[in-house]
Amino acid sequence: MKKIRFIAPIVILMIFALTAGGCGSSGGDNKTAEKYPTKPINYVIAFNAGGQSDIEARRQQPVLEKTLGQPITISYKPGGGGAVAWAELVNQKPDGYYMAGFNIPHIILQPLERKDSGYKTDQINPVAIFQKTIVGLAVPKNSPYNTLEDFINAAKAKPGSITIGGSGTNTGPHLYTLLLEKEAGIKLQYVPFTGAAPATQALLGGHTVAMAGNSDDLVKYPDKIKVLGMASPERFKALPDAPTMKEQGYDIQVSVDRGVAVPPGTDPAIVKQLEEAFMKIANDETIKAQMLKEGFEPVAMNAEQSRKYIEERTKVFTEIFNSLGQTQK
Amino acid sequence: MTENMLVAIGNVFDPASFLLMTLGVAGGIIVGALPGLTATMALALLVPFTFSMNAYASLMMLGGVYVGAMYGGCIAAILVNTPGTPASIATTFDGYPLTKKGKAEHALVTAAFSSGIGGVIGALILLFLSPPLAEAALKFGPPEYFWLSVFGLTIIATLSTGSMLKGLIGGAFGLLLSTVGISPIGGDMRFTFGFYQFQAGLELIVVLIGFFCIPEVLAMIEKKLGEQTITSYKPQKGVAKQVILELIKKPVLLIRSSLIGAFVGIVPGAGGNIASLMAYNEAVRFSKDKSKFGTGIIDGVAASEASNNAEVGGSLVPLLTLGIPGAAPAAVMLGALMIQGMRPGPELYTTYGDITYTFLFSFVLANIIMLVLGFYGSRHVARVINLPVSMLAPIVVFLTIIGSYAIRNNMLDVGMMVFFGLIGYITKKTGFTPGPIVLGLILGPIAENGLVQSMLMGQAAGSMFQVFFTRPISVVLIILCVISVALPVISSIRNRKGGASIA
Repeated sequence: MKKIRFIAPIVILMIFALTAGGCGSSGGDNKTAEKYPTKPINYVIAFNAGGQSDIEARRQQPVLEKTLGQPITISYKPGGGGAVAWAELVNQKPDGYYMAGFNIPHIILQPLERKDSGYKTDQINPVAIFQKTIVGLAVPKNSPYNTLEDFINAAKAKPGSITIGGSGTNTGPHLYTLLLEKEAGIKLQYVPFTGAAPATQALLGGHTVAMAGNSDDLVKYPDKIKVLGMASPERFKALPDAPTMKEQGYDIQVSVDRGVAVPPGTDPAIVKQLEEAFMKIANDETIKAQMLKEGFEPVAMNAEQSRKYIEERTKVFTEIFNSLGQTQK
Repeated sequence: MTENMLVAIGNVFDPASFLLMTLGVAGGIIVGALPGLTATMALALLVPFTFSMNAYASLMMLGGVYVGAMYGGCIAAILVNTPGTPASIATTFDGYPLTKKGKAEHALVTAAFSSGIGGVIGALILLFLSPPLAEAALKFGPPEYFWLSVFGLTIIATLSTGSMLKGLIGGAFGLLLSTVGISPIGGDMRFTFGFYQFQAGLELIVVLIGFFCIPEVLAMIEKKLGEQTITSYKPQKGVAKQVILELIKKPVLLIRSSLIGAFVGIVPGAGGNIASLMAYNEAVRFSKDKSKFGTGIIDGVAASEASNNAEVGGSLVPLLTLGIPGAAPAAVMLGALMIQGMRPGPELYTTYGDITYTFLFSFVLANIIMLVLGFYGSRHVARVINLPVSMLAPIVVFLTIIGSYAIRNNMLDVGMMVFFGLIGYITKKTGFTPGPIVLGLILGPIAENGLVQSMLMGQAAGSMFQVFFTRPISVVLIILCVISVALPVISSIRNRKGGASIA
């Protein structure tokens, strides 16, 4: 009995410590930006622990803490492909103590395709965009297709008979497939999977013919896959032998961009402070080198550039969406 | 290879690394025991700390946490009928009845011993058979996942104690619940009723806590006027020895359950929850006295726990050889490997052989440490249920609320937990068991993905029949489904005939 009485409070304290991140979001005070930040800042990840967004945030965490002088509490709010976290973000108090990682095209495509995504794209108030992954087309090493041309010719010969796997519906890989169909005038069979891992598994197991995947996944399997085309304007540094789509005559650019945002209406001075902290990391040479090795392209867009980029992408994606008849169900 | 193995054995016993691993196991057990805190979360929290450690120590510690958390899930399952992790659902079936009989220590020792055995078998499979098994795992495509989940649904027959009809209704209800949220294919919104939070679908752990735990807490309170504690536990001498001697006499049960667990782990996407339910199901199927299951016998606990710990080793097989994580915690381990500059694949066993074999050996060792901790801790942990209901019930409710919030930091999940708790209470009173409902919820998404992806493949191939019915592994799974459904029917007809001739 004594032992239990002794252990129980410790256990309860530990739980508090572990969950404090999620609970501490409310009750911010309206002090001026001069003193900001005076307490821990929440950094919400819209995906599961251990995912790419999490790994990036964990890399930033110590540097942010040093620059801002306050602890950064990382917590996870996964669900709806990130939509749940972003819906929550736009309804938070704009006091600078709540920020969330965001992904493009997700924040543009979700409000386009669903009525009740819970947020609008222009409510996402960007602080910075710090990295991207490029979408590319891959086939297994033993595939008969050695070039993009082989692949497209095969698809032309038998429309709809070539399966192409990818992570999710209305995501980067899906968008890439739709654009490839449109540009090349072919018909493919897109098979969505619940993530990059099952899509890769299906490709390596020969269940799908090809895969549209993000660069951080494509660099993981150098001896098992051939990359036929990267949807970037220039060759991707971590995969120098993989040709771009553009070189091969198809003007397709699809990437997944990751950044961080605060609620709409946040004091510009606070945004400025956060922006500086994130830009410092984005311009760090060691971190940039690490990112490249892992298959990411380091990016350093400040708040203003990020906002413009989101606006520009929204225009492009809305057009593609409307022309492909994918809009709101 | 032998050279690497020798280096590895030396590394495993390096005092600092060994200590970190032991701490990892102990911490993992605590995290696993608390519903809502998962192995995945614990690993993700630890990964940044491993940046500055050497590769050996960090991987050994992470492995320890993974192993410990898988075992820890059984503690809450046995003591308060709440699966600490989804992998210990099947542990509640016999573990909690044992506690009610005052045999909590029996259940806990059984869990520790079988987890240890299962974990070691899983680790040995990982150590020696990884490359060929990983190739086999790749043969699992969408049609195989579909048939695997259909086979899984036949477990309803075992789980519906009393009425088969109620079991089937429960299973169908579970499948329906699994469709809430964004459809995996097509991205349509289903049953969200305008709440954006529902886009995320129902979280398994939240539903589990609701269905398994809340009805028990309410039952505790109902009984409160009569007695002070739900049951009592008095430490007896020699329980541990007696239980272990009994378990050693059941090698087939332990080995079969471990192999099922390791196999399910190797297939990416099917986790410990499915492993433990399948192992429990087979334990019932091969038992001479089926009616005893569910009333509190150690066989049920042993089957579930041996398999869910064997699953840990299994889930690392495709991770290390192909870079495809077999389960969510394994995905975090992948991140840790990449940070150390190691890339999954053949070079893990050559270039990085010393690190890889150190990790694999430490995995065997972590299971043994877990067994020892579980073995000596059981009698102390079992005393928790001696708390008076006036203390125990609020503590459990408090933990369930924190747990259901912590899993996704979503307040709606707490509401859902209470809602399903009340549904669970009502259904229990009317003779429904939560097992089939939860089974439907777990298998629903796998079945749906497999079905739709297979249909898309069939469209491309121009033949649905070819995709669904001609692939070798699919055919085997279909035969297993048929046997699984037909056997009970045949045996019941036989019994009826036999009964008639005697009468």
